[in-house]
Amino acid sequence: MMPPVHTAEELARRPLGPLERAQRALHASPAIAPAVVLLLAIAAFAMVHPRFASPTSLSLVLQQVAVIAALAAGQTLVVLTAGIDLSVGAITILSMMVMATLAAHHGVPASFAIAAGVLLGVVAGTLNGLLVAKAKLPPFIATLGMLGVFTALGLLYSEGQSIPESRLPALLNQMGATFPLGPFRITLGVLLVLVLYAVLSFALSQTAWGTHVYAVGDDAEAARLAGIRVNAVLVGVYALAGLIDGLAAWVLIGRAGAASPNAIAEANLESITAVVIGGVSLFGGRGSLVGALLGALTVGVLRSGLSFARVDDQYRVMAVGLLVILAVAIDQWIRKVRA
Amino acid sequence: MLEARGLVKAFGRVVGLDGVDLQLYPGEVLGVIGDNGAGKSTLIKCLTGALIPDLGEILLDGRAVAFKRPQDAREVGIETVYQTLAVAPALDIATNLFLGREQRSPGLLGRLFRKLDKRAMRAAAAGSLADLGIGTIQDMNQAVETLSGGQRQAVAVARAAAFGSRVVVLDEPTAALGVKESNQVLAMVKRLRERGLGVILISHNMPHVFEVADRIHIQRLGRCAGVVTPASHSMSQTVAIMTGAAVLGGPA
Repeated sequence: MMPPVHTAEELARRPLGPLERAQRALHASPAIAPAVVLLLAIAAFAMVHPRFASPTSLSLVLQQVAVIAALAAGQTLVVLTAGIDLSVGAITILSMMVMATLAAHHGVPASFAIAAGVLLGVVAGTLNGLLVAKAKLPPFIATLGMLGVFTALGLLYSEGQSIPESRLPALLNQMGATFPLGPFRITLGVLLVLVLYAVLSFALSQTAWGTHVYAVGDDAEAARLAGIRVNAVLVGVYALAGLIDGLAAWVLIGRAGAASPNAIAEANLESITAVVIGGVSLFGGRGSLVGALLGALTVGVLRSGLSFARVDDQYRVMAVGLLVILAVAIDQWIRKVRA
Repeated sequence: MLEARGLVKAFGRVVGLDGVDLQLYPGEVLGVIGDNGAGKSTLIKCLTGALIPDLGEILLDGRAVAFKRPQDAREVGIETVYQTLAVAPALDIATNLFLGREQRSPGLLGRLFRKLDKRAMRAAAAGSLADLGIGTIQDMNQAVETLSGGQRQAVAVARAAAFGSRVVVLDEPTAALGVKESNQVLAMVKRLRERGLGVILISHNMPHVFEVADRIHIQRLGRCAGVVTPASHSMSQTVAIMTGAAVLGGPA
């Protein structure tokens, strides 16, 4: 006689389907999705245009995405705490205009001017952090308000005027200097951003501070009861994002060859786009810096690949929009994973 | 070991605790029961540093202690398992066990770069789950949200047991669990007692309290209505005291 079959036990023991296995893999490492998208995009553009996969054009993509990738790193830290920073681009421009104006118009030594700009970024970020942690404002509103404040300050301080490369000391343009790395041509700016990612990745994945950033975003009350100083983590994360904005300002001067208060107008949203495509959950506590970097690269590859293929830029805008929706849909799906 | 004398806590004009005494001895499970609003939670929060009592004193081994934050209580070996469990669902088991108390790697990596010793923490996590007789969880890298309700409870209890060197307080640990999982938690409570820890178990579930408690502290209207034992009083007598239908020592 057959042993009695318990339906529930049978169900529990049935092997996982391919879809469930994919869900689990993504749950464990959400950066898989953007990695696949990025590789597919590079392969597709290379098929249309073989020259696209050349080291020269890929080097150019790296240089183009360096600033957004830097901002996305800061944005990732903030989003991991279940926050959002709409002011990263505005802080970058303010820092940049202060650096450039101090050096070009006030005779401040270049290194001091850069330090002042980066420090300003830290102060601006700390302000954001205090509004979120101490004043308990929703991050969206706090940083939306500061977006207006910092944008206006940047325009007022620079009187809306660009400062051309010829008026800037060499050190401020240094980040645009290129050097060969194997078949690639890398700028110092790209190198700085990659180092930034390496250092932050270590801090996030290998230190107690990193664990606490994830815990605060995952469940702030549980983090508090575990003895984590939630407010200190929050202020620190926004301040660090401000510091990164300051460094990104330096990279941006090197990339653009000038300091213009109207540069990178879309940077705020593009940094969020990169983070979301990179599989970092807007609900906090999930995702990785590697994902955000892949997300920034994906946006860069789409931009340059579609222009290689001579397609109207609006198709890129559309493609990025669809990718964002797909990424958030995947995030919703993998958060439903169960034992 | 842990003693409270004349605790008073008022919230505005509402009196939460009205002069409560409590004693807990090592190797004992003290049940704390009471109707809603009787002051169970307030009492426990005062003992674990989540609230500061307005009057009265708390003694640990005869010495007065003043907890300002939950960490203060934790540092002297009093751990709490909250009803909400207070675990971070997306983080793995080992990380949750050591949350806020992470171990750094030995040597330069740990000291200079503050690198975590994840391997040691995983091993210790596996050890403390095994100590409590939980064999169903194998992978310490598993996110807590992928666990069942009982397994999550086990992780929260294991965390308290791993660090609670003297007292473990459990707030309604079986409220959200099925029969089988409740029995596992009660077995864990017994193991904590065997280790010589003092355990305070807050519960609405009389059969659970009567199964594991050595003594039962009955809260009623902000006061202690009496302390009974499962041997001296039946469940219905205890409930009568809790609801005010009977008085301890009076006719049952």
